[in-house]
Amino acid sequence: MSSPENPPSGSAPRRRPVRPVSIASFAQARNVRQDDHHNEVEMLMPVIAEAFGSISITKDDVDFICSGSTDYLIGGPFSFVMALDAVGVWPPRAESHVEMDAAWALYEAWVLLQEGAADAALVYGFGRSSLGDLNEILALQLDPYYLAPLWPDPVSLAALQARALIDAGRATEADFAAIAARSRKDALSNPNAQVAKDVVASTLMEEAYVVSPLRRHALPPITDGAAAIVLAAGEKAHQWSDDPVWITGFDHRIETHSLGARDLTVSPSTSTAAARAGLFEAPVDVAEIHAPYAHQELIVKEALALGDSVVINPSGGALAANPIMSAGLIRVGEAAARIASGEAHRAVAHATSGPCLQQNLVCVMEGA
Amino acid sequence: MADEPGGPSTVTEDRGPVTTLATPIRLDFNFTPGVAQSRFLMGLADGKFMGQRCSVCSKVYVPSRGSCPTDGVPTIEDVELANVGTITTYCVVNVPFAGQSIEIPYICAQVLLDGANLSFMGLIQEVPTDQIRMGMRVEAVWVDREELSPSLASVRYFRPNGEADADYETFKEYL
Repeated sequence: MSSPENPPSGSAPRRRPVRPVSIASFAQARNVRQDDHHNEVEMLMPVIAEAFGSISITKDDVDFICSGSTDYLIGGPFSFVMALDAVGVWPPRAESHVEMDAAWALYEAWVLLQEGAADAALVYGFGRSSLGDLNEILALQLDPYYLAPLWPDPVSLAALQARALIDAGRATEADFAAIAARSRKDALSNPNAQVAKDVVASTLMEEAYVVSPLRRHALPPITDGAAAIVLAAGEKAHQWSDDPVWITGFDHRIETHSLGARDLTVSPSTSTAAARAGLFEAPVDVAEIHAPYAHQELIVKEALALGDSVVINPSGGALAANPIMSAGLIRVGEAAARIASGEAHRAVAHATSGPCLQQNLVCVMEGA
Repeated sequence: MADEPGGPSTVTEDRGPVTTLATPIRLDFNFTPGVAQSRFLMGLADGKFMGQRCSVCSKVYVPSRGSCPTDGVPTIEDVELANVGTITTYCVVNVPFAGQSIEIPYICAQVLLDGANLSFMGLIQEVPTDQIRMGMRVEAVWVDREELSPSLASVRYFRPNGEADADYETFKEYL
């Protein structure tokens, strides 16, 4: 495992922020297997109200809104437009949307704040995986000519990646169980977690395979959820917090959609994004890694060159709750919360999208 | 000579490159209307239109999706609306299309129920298509009591109720 002083090969030039931007507040819905009582707007409203209320602001204090969601989850067109009812966009203001995890919406808002086009932004993500068949829905994000017509489910694709990791001699099934056991235990202190339990790895190893070599514990739960973050630049960052949590680096990179053209055991896009975000300039105390499958934490941990002293996924991570389209944003919020509470001074959050860690985002944050 | 079963196939003609690929896609979803829309749907099963009022701007939405899209606050006050309303705008449908269940020509109109601040689409019947107009006053015709269900199918259609047309000023905000 490389150390921060010895970053992975292929590192890219550092890209420094031109304007300090802070994570001013963070809120999330309680993650559940199925919320069939509320529509998306009703699910989002309390989350956005909490994100605003915790720093005593209103919608009138943000001048940009950006969301991350996908119509494929709800099965209806333009669901992000209807979701704006949860904010109340009157008088009109700049608004955007990404058909991606809201961590990428956060990136778009951060860029706009970098440009000085806005001073504060509301970013949110939402999705209910319970409305359809997630295995079929996620198959449709694959290349439409060679892969999607075969309907390969995401668990099988992740299993191919896990198998490659084992064949390369870099992990064992027991390693996956150890990660899942740690995640479940850490999730006990996360009131929003869906899967939380004090269980030892050897017990988890008794589970049957879902798709070999992945047992149930190495898979993410299916989750309905939502999350929101308020970004603040300039004076607003200081107005809304005595000790702002600053974003010191932010980048995302993508790899080819052709799974056969990738070495699935490594994540060069994560390393490139981390280098450009300045992660390797100093050690971090906490890392929130968006690894929906247990083995992916090992791949990302190596790509981020995290030493063994780094606390990984104190929230329980995506194995404890995986609300599609907001699980990545929640990693940023959870990492920022560790800095805000004083548990960490410097932290990194990672988000992923696509099959087998195809696209990766890295956000580095520091306290005052 | 024909290929042996299980043996290698023989290309007997050059059919050119593959230029198109059909990949049928179908996904099935559950629909969950949420708290506010459930109230609206249950109202239909009871033979009435239920809306919700915003506590900030006092506008009444029917159907409500649980929030005021202007103020972004939850709408918690339920309001029962009248059975009558005004046609704000309309369309005479003359074009047949797949799955059409109504004989053409027919009239599709936006109906603003009395007391509501949001119009919704309804079928207009019992009026010749050349007599339909903006501002026409209409009433809902419901299915028989035992056929009511939590669906807009509970409303068979709207028809003119004989009142004088509404003044344009009263509905110009709702076009």
